[in-house]
Amino acid sequence: MGEKVSVFRREHFNAAHRLYNDAWDYSKNEMVFGKCALPNYHGHNYEMEVKVTGEPDKETGYVIDLKLLSDIIRREVVQRFDHKNLNLDTQEFKNLNPTAENIVVVIYKLIRPYIDSRFDLQIRLYETPRNFVEYPV
Amino acid sequence: MVYLTRAEHFNAAHKLYNPSWSKEKNDEVFGKCANDNWHGHNYELFVTVKGEPDPDTGFLVDAKKLSTTINQHVIEKLDHRNLNLDVDFMQGKMCSSENLVIEIWNQLQPNLPANVQLHCIKLYETPRIYVEYFGRK
Repeated sequence: MGEKVSVFRREHFNAAHRLYNDAWDYSKNEMVFGKCALPNYHGHNYEMEVKVTGEPDKETGYVIDLKLLSDIIRREVVQRFDHKNLNLDTQEFKNLNPTAENIVVVIYKLIRPYIDSRFDLQIRLYETPRNFVEYPV
Repeated sequence: MVYLTRAEHFNAAHKLYNPSWSKEKNDEVFGKCANDNWHGHNYELFVTVKGEPDPDTGFLVDAKKLSTTINQHVIEKLDHRNLNLDVDFMQGKMCSSENLVIEIWNQLQPNLPANVQLHCIKLYETPRIYVEYFGRK
């Protein structure tokens, strides 16, 4: 068994969203989500750190070619969400509140099929420089 | 002369769209920034004032009071808002970062203590794009 190494690729997208539970009335949404529930949306520069862990390949020395990882993230995530309204413009959040927690799980599920099953995958998502989430834990 | 900078931030949705142009022309000029349903950013705002420190306090301006002024006249109007729809001082203007810094200057200028001058409004739209305004030259 060789040594495992984690490699990371950082990508970003800019999107609008709002936090709103349709099953609640406006005042309950306002009470729980505060100004994040405002009707005309707000937005963020989302930054993703995608972590792939495994043994480096004996012939290349790579865990995964970071250019290939970048291409997967851009194709599966950035093209879907960049300069979009997460609530209105995406299938993934038609019926799912686009909190950072839900977004990070969606990103994981979009990328996982394209990463070799012998590797571990973990996503860290920054909603702001001060608020970030990770999945899986 | 001493320069003092206060950093603040706000998260907002916007789009770049000129209503006197066709949809096609907007798409051609503004690309994905013209997306109908908005997108958004984490804006970072840097307000720089200049003047002579007060001999009694050693302060150019009380940084806490400067923060209160910026929050009252700018951040509260912009944070978690849609810049095109919700902000009184951006009505009828294109919501580019260039126009935002000019209008932020106009909001703050009349509300600063008499002994300080506004020197610069610097606004990061993303970590890689920022604009600066030094007032009417």
